[in-house]
Amino acid sequence: MTAVTDELRSGPFAGMSEAQLHRLGACASLVRYAAGEAVIAEGAAADRFFLILEGEVALSAHQPHLGRVALESIGAGDLLGWSWLAAPRVWQLDAHAAGPVTTVAFDAACVRRAMEHDHELGYQLLQRFVGVIAHRLQASRLQRLDVYAPQGGPRPT
Amino acid sequence: MSAAPDPLLPRPCRIERVTRETGGGDVFTWELAPLDGELPGFRPGQFNMLYAFGAGESAISISGDPGGGPLLHTIRAAGRVTRAMRDLSRGDVVGVRGPFGEPWPLARAHGRDLLVVAGGIGLAPLRPVLLAALRERDRFARVLLLYGARTPADVLYRQEIEAWRERPGLEVAVTVDHDAPGWNGSVGVVTRLIERAGFDPDHSLALLCGPEVMMRFAGRSLRERGMATTDIWLSMERNMACGVGWCGHCQLGPLLVCRDGPVFPLDRVEPLMGVKQL
Repeated sequence: MTAVTDELRSGPFAGMSEAQLHRLGACASLVRYAAGEAVIAEGAAADRFFLILEGEVALSAHQPHLGRVALESIGAGDLLGWSWLAAPRVWQLDAHAAGPVTTVAFDAACVRRAMEHDHELGYQLLQRFVGVIAHRLQASRLQRLDVYAPQGGPRPT
Repeated sequence: MSAAPDPLLPRPCRIERVTRETGGGDVFTWELAPLDGELPGFRPGQFNMLYAFGAGESAISISGDPGGGPLLHTIRAAGRVTRAMRDLSRGDVVGVRGPFGEPWPLARAHGRDLLVVAGGIGLAPLRPVLLAALRERDRFARVLLLYGARTPADVLYRQEIEAWRERPGLEVAVTVDHDAPGWNGSVGVVTRLIERAGFDPDHSLALLCGPEVMMRFAGRSLRERGMATTDIWLSMERNMACGVGWCGHCQLGPLLVCRDGPVFPLDRVEPLMGVKQL
């Protein structure tokens, strides 16, 4: 557990108290995925979330005739998964390891219980997740702008 | 004593080679050679005015090696003139004026991390930077290329990027906005690569080139990571015509992009980028 807690001191959980990190660490374990292995599956219960330590995970959706279409890559230092926070608590997308991936995997039910028990921990976590969600939303909006499209505007080259 | 060449007089150059860079063929690279004499050297970030006779002129960044080799221009067929250029072939003759403009301040990165952040065809004006940095690699700490393209088929200089990936001393990250079959790389906007780059914001210089929206977001991301606006440089584009600051076509507020730029520090142009009618 100490090793897991150590992994939480930097990155998205930086700034949380030692006691809060230990509470989170008690709900977490190191989990590794081989290249191509599924990390989450659309429609399944969102009973975990992840801090990516190494490697890259591709968030994707399956489309008829196209197969698996990647929407976004989640890399080292990123949090993966927020469907565990809100009903209906099922994954909205698939995710698979783009290569060998090491994660800290959190038991969502355990974290929710800790948040209920310690509202300050809940506040700290929600503050961080809202930041992540807002940030990804901004990135998605930039993606939607399709800035490299041929009609995207004149360029010197 | 010979007179300085007239900056408004195009020199005829022959297209020696045409390389189709992307899947659709709308982005292509010309290798040019003068019909007589030698062309002047250039510094990374400078541009030439290329003249497709009968169609018009267009400002095109130089994408070749500043240390030597042929004159290279990577062009996207986006308007009337560049579409006419796309239809030219090996052996055809075009006019060349230049080089013009202020170069990238590469020496400012000596002893520091050099971040090259490119979007789409914005990699073309930054290719000379990478070639120059690799030639004098010991002068820099880390050298990183963070490159975003629309789709895998739109990734510029694909073979060269793969060779760069294998080269010690150069860290390469490529992402595409939209996935396609066969692509195993990252998907997402180029700003996400900045977040993962792990550079030292106090000891880095960032050079940005791409669509203005992309540069705005990338500049914001770099600043959020603690970089000073004076350490973030970008290449601006406006409708350049004369190339020497006489005609005013490329005016951007108090600046003339062809003469004062196209390379500017972010603190100089950021206030202008937010002006909607400028």
